[in-house]
Amino acid sequence: MKFAILVFPGSNCDHDAYHAAKHVFEQEAKFVWHKEERLGDADVVIIPGGFSYGDYLRAGAIARFSPVMKDVIRFANEGGLVLGVCNGFQVLCEAGLLPGALMRNASLRFACKDVHLRVENNATPFTSEAQIRQVLNIPIAHGEGNYEADEATLDELERENRIVFRYCDASGNATSESNPNGSARNIAGIINAEGNVMGMMPHPERCVESILGHGSEDGAVIFRSLVEHVDSAVVA
Amino acid sequence: MPVSLSDSPPRSLSGEPEVNLELALEHGLTEEEYGWVLDKLGRTPTFTELGIYSVMWSEHCSYKNSIAVIKTLPRDGEALLVGAGEENAGLVDIGDGLAVAFKIESHNHPSAVEPYQGAATGVGGIQRDIFTMGARPIASLNSLRFGSLDNPRVRYLFDGVVRGIGDYGNSFGVPTVGGEVYFDTSYEGNPLVNAMSVGIVKVGETASAIAEGVGNPVFIVGSATGRDGIHGATFASEEISEASEAKRPSVQVGDPFTEKLLLEASLEVIGSGAVVGIQDMGAAGLTCSSCEMSEKGDCGMVIHVDRVPIREEGMTPYEILLSESQERMLVVVEKGKEPIIEAIFKKWDLHVEEIGVVTDDGRVSVLWHGEEVANVPAEHLVLGGGAPVYIRETERPNYLDNVQSFTSDNIPDVVNGGSALKQLLGSPNIASKQWVFEQYDTMVRTNTVAGPGPTDAAVIRVKGTNKGLAVKTDCNGRYVYLNPRKGGQIAVAEAARNVVCAGGQPVAITNCLNFGNPYKPEVYWVFKEAVGGMGDACRAFNTPVTGGNVSFYNESPEGAVFPTPTIGMLGVVEDVDAHTTTSAFKAEDDSIFLLSPAGWTAKGGIEGSEYLSTVFGQTNGDAPHLDLDEEKSVHTAMLELIRQGHVESAHDVSDGGLAVCLAECCIHNKLGADVRLEQLEDFRLDALLFGEAQSRIVFSARPEANLFSKLADIVTSAGAQIRPIGTVGGASLRVQVGDTTVLNEAIEDLEIPYRSAIPEAMGEAVASI
Repeated sequence: MKFAILVFPGSNCDHDAYHAAKHVFEQEAKFVWHKEERLGDADVVIIPGGFSYGDYLRAGAIARFSPVMKDVIRFANEGGLVLGVCNGFQVLCEAGLLPGALMRNASLRFACKDVHLRVENNATPFTSEAQIRQVLNIPIAHGEGNYEADEATLDELERENRIVFRYCDASGNATSESNPNGSARNIAGIINAEGNVMGMMPHPERCVESILGHGSEDGAVIFRSLVEHVDSAVVA
Repeated sequence: MPVSLSDSPPRSLSGEPEVNLELALEHGLTEEEYGWVLDKLGRTPTFTELGIYSVMWSEHCSYKNSIAVIKTLPRDGEALLVGAGEENAGLVDIGDGLAVAFKIESHNHPSAVEPYQGAATGVGGIQRDIFTMGARPIASLNSLRFGSLDNPRVRYLFDGVVRGIGDYGNSFGVPTVGGEVYFDTSYEGNPLVNAMSVGIVKVGETASAIAEGVGNPVFIVGSATGRDGIHGATFASEEISEASEAKRPSVQVGDPFTEKLLLEASLEVIGSGAVVGIQDMGAAGLTCSSCEMSEKGDCGMVIHVDRVPIREEGMTPYEILLSESQERMLVVVEKGKEPIIEAIFKKWDLHVEEIGVVTDDGRVSVLWHGEEVANVPAEHLVLGGGAPVYIRETERPNYLDNVQSFTSDNIPDVVNGGSALKQLLGSPNIASKQWVFEQYDTMVRTNTVAGPGPTDAAVIRVKGTNKGLAVKTDCNGRYVYLNPRKGGQIAVAEAARNVVCAGGQPVAITNCLNFGNPYKPEVYWVFKEAVGGMGDACRAFNTPVTGGNVSFYNESPEGAVFPTPTIGMLGVVEDVDAHTTTSAFKAEDDSIFLLSPAGWTAKGGIEGSEYLSTVFGQTNGDAPHLDLDEEKSVHTAMLELIRQGHVESAHDVSDGGLAVCLAECCIHNKLGADVRLEQLEDFRLDALLFGEAQSRIVFSARPEANLFSKLADIVTSAGAQIRPIGTVGGASLRVQVGDTTVLNEAIEDLEIPYRSAIPEAMGEAVASI
């Protein structure tokens, strides 16, 4: 399968996503420059972490106007799979592909650390290889990851089972102590109504090899799910 | 290009002040130095020329008071691809066709008045030193010093510096993988902010900071030039005082997004083959880069400053030349390849402007709308050329006799080891720096094998090879204050020991020498001794000095900071998967050993220790014991133990002594330990638990048959020794001396002060333990 990884001038997790897709999961992967107007051939688009255009105004606020994003919106509307990680999640919200917004962390500080996530929905192309309520150990690294939406939207997300990940403690309890940024209802990742566009603040591409950091490979489940989904669709 | 106007001398512009001795003195030149300028030029300098001389001959750019001493450091080694001072950073061959460019630099004075931007631009400046060589930065480190956190101004500085480092590095996309933070009242008015960057480049694909080829065009690229940072280099060459607040405009403003673009564009243009030479603009901006590149290539340059893209109207040539606006580079391009550089920088939405041409007369000629405002000999201005070199007067400071005559006779021995241990773990110097490093992106680029936290040195893998880099910044300024020579040796020894504990072979150092006013003979004596000590240690470990930075005038009205020669150590981990070692105990029942020099396991007392400082409020005594041959034997032994696969964890005994070392090994994985130490004759308990004699490492190993004799064989042949001192397990740290339990504390109770000290001092809730 083919991953297309967007490159905004301030993207800085683009190489990490590429490395995971290409070298760890041995899939085809390519970079797509933000000034391109066409994504070209791709099964999954990853909008990686970073600071797309410096993000002095508001994370992702300018990226949504880039030429490539028009084609990402087309791709998503046609049912293509889009994964936004960290800044990519912020861009997806700014572009209107996902509801809500990512505000400054409640601590008003950047936070880079391993957190626990509970899988709330494994009936998505991004999480099919995970167990429901499985606890994953995946790092965050952001200053603006505090997910906010109005109550009606949050209720709708709950009702439609579109909250994919919640921050939790090691035993899977979504407590306020385990919420690293003040996100509403401990939300760490959500999916659109059609089930093909997912945004998440934690970085799965950072924990797919046991040699790194604290040894977690829990991010692999997302890449494996995507590969499984695309490959089985091809076979069918 | 207009013809050279050398037959009619350059002139000041109308409205510019008249140049005379008084104005020269105001610019920081001495009367003698101003005389040398007059002699060399054979006329009165123009206002612009005076500005150029004042920054180029400032301490910051010329190293005039330090270079003679620095040259005594060992600067040669087989693996060094460029010598110290030859390029913007040191370059070390690590095999596999790759080289590492690395350097540490200070940004102390800017951070003292504007902590956020001061620290941010410190990070930005050191990154440019790395990528101007064609290397991609892969890791950042830092070394920070502040006064006491009881002081609200210090908390403001600490908070601002950490945010500045975080915001710049996080956005730029290079992980901050390690560092050190140390608090002492001597740094109260003058914090130290030293930033280090480590980059990687293929051997043979590096770029040089040189101007060559008469007729080749000269480009300025990156950000537009503003009025920020004018005379930043001069500001850095004087003491901090009440008036320093007025120097806030001397502090540059950072833009990490533009730096990221500049990085990518610079590496692309270097890879294109169009570049003859490239240098970043740091201190003294366009002035320094044009003079240094010209001097290096033994040629000259004509620069049209009116063509430099500017941010604000009405800037004069003087201001444009002296601006320290960030995120800019000067590039000499091969004639005919102008379209290549223009296309690359336009792709990255950066300014790219042809502003001059390389000449052959050795002079930098500055034109302003066709009128020559400066014409100076490049060689006369630069370090290694005509810049002044001074050997300052030295005098051994009197305080040394007082501190070194300390004995602990009047200090009661410790009774409750546990409560002293908890007090030490709650000292901000020893306590967890999690509050700091969680504000840094420590993992971006997915190479961080061992980041900040339970590791003596950070380990970064080098993708495409089996290798890793073990990197560490280190200096205990208290030791250097108490015994400058031994303190200088220990700074290097401890950095090397940390690299060894992480599984790396130390290969080279960079250094950042933070001292007081060099015109004070006592300060200069300490400086010379400390550098001498560093040199002793570098020679002993075969870790040459690849470059670095000197920061003098680190004084506030209250006096000089602790002399702080910060070491940035580079080590190579041969097999990153197998050899990387962290400090935390790994499993119940593992055996714990103390590795030490043959002949002793503890030496000396509590002199110079964190214990003496934290519990008794005294900075006193000699620096702790160090013998370089002993130290070397311990490194050899430790590396061999790691390479043979025997080591589960390794942690050196440093600040807080053996008890703190053991506690730190326990805390991270919440594993207790049962430890039994020998009762040494005539040895005080405080010295045994908290003494800081060097060259010791606590490590753990899986239990197996004949373990001790296997390990002992390896260690003995290296000239060191090991003692089995206990076993990992349980929920507390228990230490017995002989048959007496001297310390027995639940790990949880040790963790509370360790984790909460810094967040509490900063008035924030403690993250869950």
